[in-house]
Amino acid sequence: MSKIKIVNLQKSFGDFTAVKNSNLTINDKEFFVLLGPSGCGKTTTLRMIAGLELPTSGEIYLGDEEVGMLRASERDIAFVFQLFALYPHMNVKNNLSFPLKMQGYSRSEIKTRVEEAAKLLRIDHILNSNISSLSGGDRQRVALGRALVRRPKAFLMDEPLGTLDAEFRELMCLELKKLHINIGATTVYVTHDQLEAMSLADRIAVMDGGEILQADEPSVIYNKPATKFVASFIGSPGMNFISIDQGISNEQSTLNIEGTNFNIPKQYEISKGKKNSFGIRPENLSLTNEGGLKGSVFGVEYLGSRKIVTVKTNFGEIKVKTDISTSVKINENVQVKPSNDNIIIFDGETDKSLKSEFMN
Amino acid sequence: MDTSRSYLEPSSFSKKLAATIIIVYTVITLIPISWMVMTSFKNVNSAISYPPEVLFEPSLEGYVNLFTNRSRQSQEYLDSLPAPETWYEELVRSREMVITGPSKFLGRYSNSMIIGFGSTFASVFLGALAAYAFSRFRVPLKDDLLFFILSTRMFPPIAVAVPIFIMYRKLGLGDTHLGMIILYTVVNLSLAVWLLKGFMDEIPKEYEEAAMIDGYSRLQAFFKVVLPQAMTGIAATAIFCMIFSWNEYAFAVLLTQFNAQTAPPFIPTIIGEGGLDWPAIGAGTTLFLLPVMIFTIILRKHLLRGITFGAVRK
Repeated sequence: MSKIKIVNLQKSFGDFTAVKNSNLTINDKEFFVLLGPSGCGKTTTLRMIAGLELPTSGEIYLGDEEVGMLRASERDIAFVFQLFALYPHMNVKNNLSFPLKMQGYSRSEIKTRVEEAAKLLRIDHILNSNISSLSGGDRQRVALGRALVRRPKAFLMDEPLGTLDAEFRELMCLELKKLHINIGATTVYVTHDQLEAMSLADRIAVMDGGEILQADEPSVIYNKPATKFVASFIGSPGMNFISIDQGISNEQSTLNIEGTNFNIPKQYEISKGKKNSFGIRPENLSLTNEGGLKGSVFGVEYLGSRKIVTVKTNFGEIKVKTDISTSVKINENVQVKPSNDNIIIFDGETDKSLKSEFMN
Repeated sequence: MDTSRSYLEPSSFSKKLAATIIIVYTVITLIPISWMVMTSFKNVNSAISYPPEVLFEPSLEGYVNLFTNRSRQSQEYLDSLPAPETWYEELVRSREMVITGPSKFLGRYSNSMIIGFGSTFASVFLGALAAYAFSRFRVPLKDDLLFFILSTRMFPPIAVAVPIFIMYRKLGLGDTHLGMIILYTVVNLSLAVWLLKGFMDEIPKEYEEAAMIDGYSRLQAFFKVVLPQAMTGIAATAIFCMIFSWNEYAFAVLLTQFNAQTAPPFIPTIIGEGGLDWPAIGAGTTLFLLPVMIFTIILRKHLLRGITFGAVRK
């Protein structure tokens, strides 16, 4: 296993730049997730690490070796495809031994390794089955098996759970995590599903428009998003934003919105312009009768243990995650107020979060 | 109203109608073929008798005549010979003839085999490589090239017979196996490229990518992963190529005389005493039908899937 480092990586297809000047270091034995909406460049980045695309410029290090221009077959990595790409003309056993045959292992060595991988993934009972007769989950396991028989330097996975149904996806998520703990392989995992990313990752890189916006641990990404995009993309529902037409000065700790003063974490950075936004997650808001932003209830969603109340205010719709016991009616007049100081101010010009006591 | 069947299923009337049409068509198509097979088992007289004989005493004379050269001998000479050792010698003797040696048929037949299978293999192999390249790589002027390849089939091949004849004579390719294989391959290749490109397009590129990640080069991935999955297309293409080169007559007449002459120009020239030997011609044609028939039956499953390919997503 090795660490992976990409330096100033760039990929253009004609006029379109899919990946812009990206830098990342993925530590040895880390489960690293590339997260972003479709078309953000996450898959292209992964394919460049795999050698399925060659970078336009920049370097990729696998361990200490620069592999940017090497062929996929010379890189010693494994790749799990979204549609698994199991060879349909071979049975499970041959699919698993296919990568080993190329490396000139002896017959007995191949047999041992295939059986070992099959046992680990609990597919030893279907070794002689045809691929077409397997269920989605078993195909997934075989695809993982084919990746790990070779004990490569790194695992790359391109939305491997994307085609499974919701219930099964959760199960496989768990299995993947267990497997990772078990074999401790450096893994780069691409997904657009933030819940998957949150539950699997040691660290997450959020990408948008070909750029890496933030790369950090899930809790940091969630609580201290570096940009407005990260804040809105992560979380379900995403962060609420309230536009404020006022600049932020150093040491500022209150904010006047619609005549009401709100306490905010002490700010350590001066905003560039006068159009900024005030960001707060739904669970850090509460409904009150006074001292908040005025609005009316627009919708209520029950989530079992919590409910999400959408309040229509002069600043647009604000989502509040409340206790299940809170009873509100549609069109009822309510006020919305922060219940703690997990508040982030985003600079209107750069979309970046401003430094503050909270964002330290 | 009959509600026991699905709306998607044709009514029993239309099924019966379809079956009737197919049966009638099959019978019409089979009449000349069965007449040919019957002729091959007749003797010279019953083959040309009028009105035509439908019921006749079967004889293997046609087949014996096809494979042998014979000469007529006087009764005294025949009497002086030792008794015939085999059934076919006996048959020939009964017609007051002796076998003077094997005919050219076997040689012509094996020429057909070599040229037919050789050019089929070459067309499919080169076609698969070209189709793969067109399907996967960014080839400059791809669409123009594909159109250009197809345009070679827009005129009947025989239209270029004269230049090809002259070219082959200058190159020394006339009346050679290699020459005929190249010629048929060139004619078939455009069909092969177009057919196979469709099949290659349907194979997700992730399979080769997976193989390349697994440590195989692109060419190895092509042979180990892409080709096995393109088997359906390859079978369909091979049958079309085989049928063309096996049946081709005009170029064979024009370009081959001795060495590389194939069966089609040879069979109609089988001459018996006092005219064409129809049973022998029938026998030759019947035997000539067999390889393509067997080849098609072996690949039938693939062919059917090949023709309906793409109609339903896998």
